[in-house]
Amino acid sequence: MLRFLHHNQLVEEPSLPADLTVLDYLRERRGQCGTKEGCASGDCGACTVVIAECILAGDGSETLSYRTANSCITFAGALHGKQLITVENLTAESSSAKTRKNSKGKLHLSQKTMVEHHASQCGFCTPGFVMSLFAALKMGDNKPVSRSFIDEQLGGNLCRCTGYRPIIDAAKNALNQLYVDDHFDLDAAQTIESLKSISSIVNGTGVDDTDLDKASLEKTGTNNEDSDNGFFRPVSLNELYSIRKNHLDAALVGGGTDLALIVTQQLKTINKIILLGGVSELSFIDVTADAITVGAGTCLTEFRNTFVPYCPELDVLLVRFAGTQVRNQATVGGNFANASPVGDLPPAFIALNASIVLASASGERIVTAQEFFVSYKKTLLQPDEIIKEFIIPRSSLNQPESSNRIRNRFYKISKRLDDDISAVCAAFHLELEGTKIVKACTGFGGMAEIPKRAEMLEATLTGRVLDEKCLADAASALRKDFQPIDDVRATADYRNKVSANLLVRLAAELYSQDIATTVVHHGH
Amino acid sequence: MATKEHESAIKHVSGAAPYVDDTVDASYYHIAIGGSEIAYGSITSIDLTEVRNSAGVVDVILVDDIPGHVDIGPVFKGDPLLTSSEVEFYGQAIFAVLAKTQFQARRSVKKAKIQYKESAPVLELTDAIANKFYVRPPHRMQRGDAEGALKAAARTPEVNTRSGSMRVGGQEHFYLEGQVATAMPDEDNGVHVVSSNQNPTEAQKLVAEVLGLSMNDVLLETRRLGGGFGGKETQANACCCFAALFALRNNCKTVCRLSRRDDIVLTGKRHEFINDYEVSFAQDGAITAVKYQLAGKCGSSPDLSDAIVDRAMFHCDNAYYYPNVLIDGLRCKTHTVSNTAFRGFGGPQGMIAAETVIDEIAFALKLDPLDVRKRNFYSESGTDLTPYYQVMTDFTVPRMVGVLEASSEYRLRRQATRDFNNANRFLKKGIALTPVKFGISFTATHLNQAGALLHLYTDGTVHLNHGGTEMGQGLFTKVAQIVAAELGVAFESIKISATRTDKVPNTSATAASSGSDLNGMAALLAAREIKKRLTDFLTQEHGCTADQLFFSTDGVRIAGKERLSWQELATAAWVARVSLSATGFYKTPDIYYDRESARGRPFLYYANGAAVSEVLIDTLTGEMKLLRTDIIHDVGSSLNDDIDIGQIEGGFIQGVGWLTTEELKWNANGRLLSDGPATYKIPAIGDVPEEFYVELLADSPNPAPTVMRSKAVGEPPLMLAFSVWCAIRDAIAATVNYKVFPKLNAPATAEEILRCVDEVKASAVT
Repeated sequence: MLRFLHHNQLVEEPSLPADLTVLDYLRERRGQCGTKEGCASGDCGACTVVIAECILAGDGSETLSYRTANSCITFAGALHGKQLITVENLTAESSSAKTRKNSKGKLHLSQKTMVEHHASQCGFCTPGFVMSLFAALKMGDNKPVSRSFIDEQLGGNLCRCTGYRPIIDAAKNALNQLYVDDHFDLDAAQTIESLKSISSIVNGTGVDDTDLDKASLEKTGTNNEDSDNGFFRPVSLNELYSIRKNHLDAALVGGGTDLALIVTQQLKTINKIILLGGVSELSFIDVTADAITVGAGTCLTEFRNTFVPYCPELDVLLVRFAGTQVRNQATVGGNFANASPVGDLPPAFIALNASIVLASASGERIVTAQEFFVSYKKTLLQPDEIIKEFIIPRSSLNQPESSNRIRNRFYKISKRLDDDISAVCAAFHLELEGTKIVKACTGFGGMAEIPKRAEMLEATLTGRVLDEKCLADAASALRKDFQPIDDVRATADYRNKVSANLLVRLAAELYSQDIATTVVHHGH
Repeated sequence: MATKEHESAIKHVSGAAPYVDDTVDASYYHIAIGGSEIAYGSITSIDLTEVRNSAGVVDVILVDDIPGHVDIGPVFKGDPLLTSSEVEFYGQAIFAVLAKTQFQARRSVKKAKIQYKESAPVLELTDAIANKFYVRPPHRMQRGDAEGALKAAARTPEVNTRSGSMRVGGQEHFYLEGQVATAMPDEDNGVHVVSSNQNPTEAQKLVAEVLGLSMNDVLLETRRLGGGFGGKETQANACCCFAALFALRNNCKTVCRLSRRDDIVLTGKRHEFINDYEVSFAQDGAITAVKYQLAGKCGSSPDLSDAIVDRAMFHCDNAYYYPNVLIDGLRCKTHTVSNTAFRGFGGPQGMIAAETVIDEIAFALKLDPLDVRKRNFYSESGTDLTPYYQVMTDFTVPRMVGVLEASSEYRLRRQATRDFNNANRFLKKGIALTPVKFGISFTATHLNQAGALLHLYTDGTVHLNHGGTEMGQGLFTKVAQIVAAELGVAFESIKISATRTDKVPNTSATAASSGSDLNGMAALLAAREIKKRLTDFLTQEHGCTADQLFFSTDGVRIAGKERLSWQELATAAWVARVSLSATGFYKTPDIYYDRESARGRPFLYYANGAAVSEVLIDTLTGEMKLLRTDIIHDVGSSLNDDIDIGQIEGGFIQGVGWLTTEELKWNANGRLLSDGPATYKIPAIGDVPEEFYVELLADSPNPAPTVMRSKAVGEPPLMLAFSVWCAIRDAIAATVNYKVFPKLNAPATAEEILRCVDEVKASAVT
């Protein structure tokens, strides 16, 4: 049984197909068509909804966290135990279902500001923008908001009509106002109670193992006894291992932001899925003196918030990693499990010398981030294994006492600066003695069929100063490391040129910090 | 007039504005289209057994199942709804399926077994040009003796010459709402089609022809489009035809909605062009003669390409006077999807040739390109004749450029970019100021007509209908404002209703920026008619004169004494048996064009603007950031400032996308690779410049007799984006200290910028 709140209504769905998206659920099964389909691939944000969940705040109190999701690539099962908020829910209750002409009174601030700033033209993308803005308003006090904050929050929403300026103004206006509680805040206590009563809450210390979650161990999601449909939602690693062992044919779903494309774009069906979102042991970041361990189920937003303070250089990659909606759903583990040659985290983790813990009912093993990738879309992961966590050694990160020695640099080159997939992604971890490079670790995306170290390059750099001569040698080493291909994002020639030129940028950044080397500026 | 929010704004933000697909419930059957898997060849066999047996499939059609016309070409033939013989582009429709759910329909299509005899396709524009492979014959426009002048110039030392070639890419519309139509059977074997469509009348006609019905059997309705941009002028018709055909065959409600991928692959785009030029110019930068060959990639059929290439030819002067000019326009055929209307309709592709020529002259003479632009602006008599012999009047470009040059501090900032570039090794800045002059009117003169229907009800409320479609541009808001102003009623008392072919017949597409010019004037005339009847009634009834009547939103005040509310007035008029319903009809005056001689006055007036943009490029990667844009645009007396500014900003950013990140890529077999938003990158919010200043030209009522002296605004602002593209060129030139003219193509993607940087560096060395 899938249970969630849609706004303040309890929804119980005993028989949804495992691969039904939230968007299709809303539009086709519930006739709620305020949420639009623009692309069905998570790239345009027209289908943005907000998913709220109960979390523990810093002071130990229970609070609601509101995050956007692309409903077109989110499976309905992901709503279990959460509150789904769609554009229809924003308008205050008392207004009649039919929005009356010129009645702005009942609109939510996120809606009213859009009207007042002429921020809708054709209106098709508008519900998605409103939802993203609503979630941004819920993020708390960021006043005065910067343009880059707005770009980040709305970067996963495309508009083809307005040129965005009025949307930026609308967002600025709303986000800079004194925050006044809305009807969601007023209902928060009730919402938290309702959520707790329908599911375990993620509280960082364990899981409230209710009957419902035991029930989720059973096959759910089908009313057809003969079919093998359904989704599993384990709440502990042990449950996950045992389900996995018995259902090797099930798809493991973290955020599902890539997997869902199999359904929405390739028109295949996925009969059985194992949702990882309920396993709190997979969603954590643990910082010790030696290492930072990141649970594979940690979403990219969470990862960015917690990890970037230890590795500020990585933010240039994370801020441009898909759009906010995707970062809210997609997991660190998923970015490795899907084994895309153009995922942005693998090159970074490879360069940072990270290792990966793979686990199953029969035990755990540790592999390096590099050896995890075998060949195109193939990894070391065995059928019964899951990715449990990532270990990033602190020695790879800049620490106050080592700040003169370590240089981490991450470069992403794409056609569009925001919400695009890399043509080339390059990650460098260098250790210096004076101007000499004594250790070089690299990771590249978009240059080979897997994310990959440039071993010849590393050998060339080690023990040398990255001067003109070394740069020339490094460029030819790189040509030996990689033979990239032409594809829709870039030609092989461009990839070769740019990867070599990024070494020039790297050298400039190593030795002459006052030289401007990038057009990309995000205010962090 | 005062600004008003978009009539649907509150519904937009609440998710309460219904789009076509939002009305589809479980009672509808779903359509999917099966297309060719090769670009060019003939079909040898079609086996749809597995398609028919696929779950949920209730009907499958092939070309022989079409009861009426097969070809839905809008002007010329060449667009079969389905084909079972020749295939001329990848994805061309071969069969269509009706199934219970959309997923079932789309999935069944993949089970077709179709065999082909492949032929070698012509995919590249260059090949089509070389082989003179055309969808329509070439057309020439000329004035003076360009060839003679160019030959003479080659022998005259004080006259310079340059020649070159540039490629400008196509563009996918990427309206957020994809193509969609629903159909339901109506009595007497009729059909009611609801479509996201810029041209309901044409869809009505084509549905009737395809089904073998008469036009009065078919009702086409369009309330709103989730974006159009020209992409739903002819390209929305196929969905209408399929939906209607299946609805009547199966006596059920149907919906035909393309997936995003199918939408991108199956429907036409902006034409790619290759523009060749040869120009001669004096030492001061004045052009003495110019010759253009503008070659448009039309794809597999004519569609609207004849008019689109014509409009490119009409606009390759942009704001500049050519003493001697010769323009050849080629309509090249390729085995790719047939290209179609897109905001600007060929105008931008022609205009970019002029801006390239100006830049090249400036480089040759080491002048500021702005000075060369000014040197060549249309001016007083002697330099006021366009290549098609229309006299340039009321030319606001020089005035706007002057204002903008000062307000944007262009000269100072240009110097600042030079200082920045001297101090920076890897990053370079560029700046450019470019003008836009865009001709307003359909160049097919007969399309310049419109109708409106207005009812005043006895409670004083008004029902408004006209032939224009609302696609976000605010047309419905503007027309309602016009009616409110003319009649005197409150804006809120006007009900704006869906465009329907049974209310206003025989309309033109909402295109060519003409929406408010045409429909606004038709609605105004209808309002004027009703007001005249009310005035006549009141003057008779009260024995007063017309100038003693004062109409306002509260009603009418008669001879300074009696007041009637609108409800009282309408009721009194009804009781007195005054007709309170009127039609309005408008046709644009004073335009004519003889295509044979390429002479006439095709445009009622011109819409103008100018923009300055400053960019920053990375010469190591080609990455580019737009830093600042200042725009001034002439909309005449604005009907609605905020809506007009919205059109200007939206058009500009759409143009920036076209010229920078939006790249269509095909593989060697003619299959489009950039078939979704993951690979085709329209501007995102971060691409909007941090500093973005847009201003309407003050105090400039349109001298032409347009509705309330306004000017059209839909298309012209797109071309303000040339300021960005020219600024990128300026930045690239900085890498070699402005010694080499960068032969930049469009779109200037990071890859194209880096290619161009490397090219100028290489030629600076040699």
